[in-house]
Amino acid sequence: MEQTLDKPSQEVYDSAQRLPPALVELKEAWRYRDLVFFLVRRDITARYKRSVLGIAWTMLNPLGMMIILSVVFTQVFRARVEGYPAYVLSGLISWTFFSQTSSSAINALVWGGDLLRRIYIPRSTFAMSAIGTGLVNLLLSLVPLIVVNLVIGIPLHITLLLSPFAMIMLAMFSLGIGLLISTIGIYFADVVEMYHIILTAWFYATPVMYPVDILSTNVAMIVKLNPMFHLVGLFRDLVFYGTVPPLQTWLLCLGVSTMTLMIGWLVFTGKSDEFAYRT
Amino acid sequence: MNLPTVPEIKVHSVPAARIPNGLPVVELQDVTVSYRVPREHIRTLKEFAIRRVQGRVQFEDLLALDRVSLQVHKGEVFGLVGANGAGKTTLLRLVARVMRPTKGRVIVRGRVAPLLAMGAGFHPELTGRENVFLNGALLGYTRRQIEESMDWIVEFSELSAFIDAPLRTYSSGMMARLGFAVATAQMPDVLIVDEVLSVGDIAFQEKSAARIREFRESGATILLVSHSMAAVKKMCGRAAWLDHGRVVELGEAAQVVEKFEKYMESR
Repeated sequence: MEQTLDKPSQEVYDSAQRLPPALVELKEAWRYRDLVFFLVRRDITARYKRSVLGIAWTMLNPLGMMIILSVVFTQVFRARVEGYPAYVLSGLISWTFFSQTSSSAINALVWGGDLLRRIYIPRSTFAMSAIGTGLVNLLLSLVPLIVVNLVIGIPLHITLLLSPFAMIMLAMFSLGIGLLISTIGIYFADVVEMYHIILTAWFYATPVMYPVDILSTNVAMIVKLNPMFHLVGLFRDLVFYGTVPPLQTWLLCLGVSTMTLMIGWLVFTGKSDEFAYRT
Repeated sequence: MNLPTVPEIKVHSVPAARIPNGLPVVELQDVTVSYRVPREHIRTLKEFAIRRVQGRVQFEDLLALDRVSLQVHKGEVFGLVGANGAGKTTLLRLVARVMRPTKGRVIVRGRVAPLLAMGAGFHPELTGRENVFLNGALLGYTRRQIEESMDWIVEFSELSAFIDAPLRTYSSGMMARLGFAVATAQMPDVLIVDEVLSVGDIAFQEKSAARIREFRESGATILLVSHSMAAVKKMCGRAAWLDHGRVVELGEAAQVVEKFEKYMESR
């Protein structure tokens, strides 16, 4: 019993002295990094422990969507894309990552709200653990992607090894958006529902299930303003087409995701103190 | 170690031996917390937008704490009394860093352990051990600290036979014991206790009270909020009586409690 009673640490908290909130949050988030890990582990184990198919669901979900979309697009709309199932699957798993993580970031904040009013936790923790859980799921869904590629006769590309870079950028972008939405969520609870409507529109504005070249030049110009157009495109180039996109594509994606994360981080940390004031 | 340049004004002097560097462990300087609340409760953005356009959003300031100054020194057991809504919880939130003051300054020297979220984040599907890690991390322990304390936690909560079973198989008493053990596994500098502890059965209540006593004896500072005046009188050295966000009375616990009780009776 004595060993747990050793010297108390000397940390001083002074509400008047402080660095910019964005930096404080960064420092605290690093200090609580173990918490992010345990939250991710909880989400993963809790999800898989009780369901019969367990981890398979993560892989079966996009596969199911893939089959439906493939039938609809090749049979009903007569789209001609070589290896369409793999094409749509590569888009689906990157899109699903984005939509799930950004909306669960806000859900987690609402869910953890009561906790955040009782004990101190860096407020970005929940958003980051949502991203962590999403990344685990994203990695798992690479398995069905590879299987589908092989089944329909598309060889595995060496560029697949570069896909983690695309995933990281996707994660940065999703975290940025998740934090921005969470900031609004601090004030209004119905943002979650509204965001789901936005996500639906956003899905159609991103070439997930349709090929880019069916768009007319004008529409394509507009769609290219959508950051997810480029992020999904990058991921797809690496895992489906097996091409390494030109440097400018990489820089564009990196720039957009970094900027989004920075803006999201600044806005969220600047407003997160308000959280305790809303009861 | 710099000494305070401004002479301290203390209501009650504390023996010098108990203040190693003369600085209070918890210090509130002229602290005001005002909630800006809409006059009508607006929960949704849609409603807010409609009202805003109509110019019908009105706010009012609700003072939860009004220029409160307090100093609590190392090793003290400090009580907070007051009616519901007097600002006790807000004060604890400030010390626990959950909330920042609207005006004024809060200084806390050392690690705060709030016994306000025992069992926070417990998940029924995880085992007791996994929940200890999650709950401990929520309370700000590092993984290493949790690993070091694990044996103690298991022993103290008397759960050695069940620690690797999923939490859904636990009784509520077992969960409470586990929560208490995690929350008090590491010696804090400041312990925040809201309401008298009533965890588990009588035997465990004894045990948890003993653990808190142990903390006090090794020099931890304790902030206690309670509706039991007897508990405050018995446990606390000093106390503050809060009313509508102001400190009405500050001093010897017995005297403060007596005045507060007299006031409550006269109402």
